[in-house]
Parts: sequence; C-alpha cells; structure tokens
Amino acid sequence: MSETETRSVVVEREIPFPPEKIWRALTQPHLIEEWLMKNDFQPVVGHRFNFRRDPVPNWNGVIDCEVMSVEPNRTLTYTWGAFGVGSVITWTLTPTAAGTHLRMEHSGFRPDQQQNYQGAKYGWQKFFANLEQVLTRID
Amino acid sequence: MPNAHNVLFRTLADPTRRAIFERLCREGEQTVGALTAQSGVSQPAVSKHLGILKRARLVRDRQDGRQTHYRAQLGALAPLMDWTSRMTGFWQSRFDKLEDLLRRMDQ
Repeated sequence: MSETETRSVVVEREIPFPPEKIWRALTQPHLIEEWLMKNDFQPVVGHRFNFRRDPVPNWNGVIDCEVMSVEPNRTLTYTWGAFGVGSVITWTLTPTAAGTHLRMEHSGFRPDQQQNYQGAKYGWQKFFANLEQVLTRID
Repeated sequence: MPNAHNVLFRTLADPTRRAIFERLCREGEQTVGALTAQSGVSQPAVSKHLGILKRARLVRDRQDGRQTHYRAQLGALAPLMDWTSRMTGFWQSRFDKLEDLLRRMDQ
C-alpha cells in the first residue's frame, strides 16, 4: 500500500443511450434513487446533499456530498463524504456513434488523508465503523 | 466475510483494545507500562489486550531487558483496506442498475 499516491476507482462503459438520457438518470433525484441511493441532489454548484441508505450498526447510512461542477450532458462532479474521509466522484459523458461512453472516477484517499488514516488525527472508531459499513454494503 | 476480516473485526471491536492499538499507531513503539499509564485499566488487562492484538498480528513485541515494547503493524489491516477493489465492485453493480433503469426510462 503506497503512502503517497492517490487511489481512485474508474468504471467506464459504452451505453447505448444518448448523453441527455443518461444525464437525467444522473441528476434527477427520483431516478438517482432507482440505481444508487435515496438523495436530495440538485444539479447546482455548491448544493449540499446526502445519499441515504438504511442504517447499519455504527453507521447512520448517510453520505454527505456537495456538488462541485455541473456541465449538462457532459460532466458532473461531487464530493462523497463516506468512509471517514472525503473523496470525489466525477462523471464524464462522451457521445459516441452507438450512444455514450460513460466514465465514473471515484478518487480516494489523498496522501494527507492516508496519514490521518494511520492514526494522527483520525478517529479510529469512525474509521472502523466505516470499514464495517463498506463490507456490509458491497455485494 | 473472509475469516481474516472476522479476526480483525473481533479484535478491534473492543474499545479499550482499539484505543491501545490506535495509540501505538499514533505514537509509535510503547512499553506495557507506558500504555497502562494512559489506558485507565490494569497492567494485566493491558497485557491481555496486547496478547490478543498480537495474535491478530496487529502488534509486534520486542524484549529489551525487563521491558517489553509493542509496536503497531499496519500491514495487518491490508485485508480491510482493499478499498479500490471493493469500490470498483460497488460502482460496477451500480452501473448495471443504471443501465437497467435507462432501458426502462422513457426517451
């Protein structure tokens, strides 16, 4: 485990629908809920919102987020405050002949957060609770 | 949940034990005496917690004369910290659900 590099997750997929349709699914709360989680999202920069799941032991099921950038039908970025550290979700939609190339990047621990995780400022209990929550929710 | 996770969770589920481990992470190597002084529990209790942490490979000990020093082994947390693979699995399953939704949605 490196202590200096940022860790991130990238998922990309060719989707046979136009960006406009995918954008709706990414930005309308009742649609987001169908594939991700309950939420009070609004596509407005600076808007603070939550994703909510059923609580599990030691975790209330709330992910605190804030919209960072919105370019309709092209990109969407929001912070994702879960697992005890801040991370960032970036959606990128690129039109293709067959539909859309959809890319999601979830950037993870930064080096300074990594230090926190190693004990300096970080509430271990919270960290542990969040890990447990990760293990509980991942299929 | 794999067995390695179970052992780590069970070991760190105790608040006193977790506090001892956290302190070793934060402050580096410590003697049993120094850990006892700040733990609020007796030295035998601290030693027992250290024994359990050691069996879970979360700490290592080192004998120096009459003193035993303990240090945290963060590598033991690796099974829990495989963050990227877990999150990749999470988001891939969400992509599946998103595609299902898109097929159901009106144009």
